[in-house]
Amino acid sequence: MPPVYRGSDLRPAGHTPDSVDDTVPSVEYTAEQAAAPAYLDAASAAPLHPVARQALLAALEDGWADPDRLHAAGRRAQRLREAATATVAGCLGVRPDEVTFLSSGTAAAHAAVLGGLAGRSRAGTAFVHSAIEHSAVLHAAARHGDATEVGVDRLGRLDLEAWRATVSRPGVALAGLISASHEVGTVQPVAAAAEACAEAGVPLYVDAAQSIGHVPVPPGWSLLTASARKWGGPPGVGLLVVRKGTRWLSPYPGDDLHRPRPQGALDLPAVVAAAASLRAVLADAQTAAVRLSGLVERIRATVAATVPDVEVVGDPVERLPHLVTFSCLYVDGEALLHALDRRGFAVSSGSSCTASTLRPSHVLEAMGVLSHGNVRVSLHRGTTEADVDRFLAVLPGLVADIRKEAGM
Amino acid sequence: MIEVDSRGRRCPLPIIDLAKKIPTVPVGEIVRVLADDPAAANDIPAWCRMKGQEYVGSPAPGSYDVRRTT
Repeated sequence: MPPVYRGSDLRPAGHTPDSVDDTVPSVEYTAEQAAAPAYLDAASAAPLHPVARQALLAALEDGWADPDRLHAAGRRAQRLREAATATVAGCLGVRPDEVTFLSSGTAAAHAAVLGGLAGRSRAGTAFVHSAIEHSAVLHAAARHGDATEVGVDRLGRLDLEAWRATVSRPGVALAGLISASHEVGTVQPVAAAAEACAEAGVPLYVDAAQSIGHVPVPPGWSLLTASARKWGGPPGVGLLVVRKGTRWLSPYPGDDLHRPRPQGALDLPAVVAAAASLRAVLADAQTAAVRLSGLVERIRATVAATVPDVEVVGDPVERLPHLVTFSCLYVDGEALLHALDRRGFAVSSGSSCTASTLRPSHVLEAMGVLSHGNVRVSLHRGTTEADVDRFLAVLPGLVADIRKEAGM
Repeated sequence: MIEVDSRGRRCPLPIIDLAKKIPTVPVGEIVRVLADDPAAANDIPAWCRMKGQEYVGSPAPGSYDVRRTT
């Protein structure tokens, strides 16, 4: 039996159920967590994997020292960094010297886009990206200036023909494609997009934040980023992989122009925890994906059947195993989010009323699907069938209440 | 032309206004929605698709024409 951890578990502190491996410390739950019986927002941040917690505590012992110093304490820290790097490289099937840890997934995305473009400035300046990239990539694109967007269809899948035409234009320095939509779960045709890039001689950057730890990412990319807290690692650890032969030039001040480095000190204990948890997560990723995908299928089918005037969005087949999004007509997304939170369900929303910008999600807009009344449910390994069923049981009533209040 | 003035109202209110108005619109006629919430540009066509009505287009920024078809 693989180790099981549950953000939703209300077992008393110290109690270890039979299903939990003895080598994994049991997780203690606070009163606050007891009020959140189902945490369904793993796509924002997954609950800390018990292996991450264990590794984090162990690494605090030596991970405080500066790994670039030549004394004994520094060498111990350096060994931790090397071990973490080798672990992640092994997990992803790349060379250790291609792996860099940065302070967040956002920092990694910025470094990939801006560094990838700077390294190719002799070839051109244009950055081609899909319309459904993460805002971290879009912000870097906006800072860069010369950027061209390629659209998606109603299911949120890249328009490959337009992609092929756009990346083969003269002056394209870099192309960026998210491996799978962080908002609707649609898996992107990375292999075909990479092929088009290779034909045009343009390096491809893949933002794999929602895929790593859940599903494999096809090869063919030159740069890849991920975020540890999406797979159950601690927050504050981003991952940047730059394949050999890819020209990358630092967009930041510093000595090392050609190799990515974190800005300032690395949180080494968190990096160790990120690496250990990635290995643990990948060990049973296939089993977890099958189970979570079944739960997502249940949500897709039940929501469509029990909530009137609802649109379940994203590709029903070519999708992430753990993420599902739907929009409810005549419903204020913020009101629904709060109503669910009061019942103990944590979800997120792409509706404009929940965004700091008061604009609807650019992903939902690019797909042309309803943006209000939007709910994203994302599962993690601790999510149980009972969590999902409880969620599905309360949802129709909450939606009906909000509609009634609006006079619908 | 029948008009729905949802200016100053945030989504989903313009869509709710439209849905409440549509039963009073004769089949085949056009209703014009005035809405300044940025989500309306996306959500009015999406509503039409979901409810089987025809989205005619946006004659001006913040103005959306819908033809009742059913």
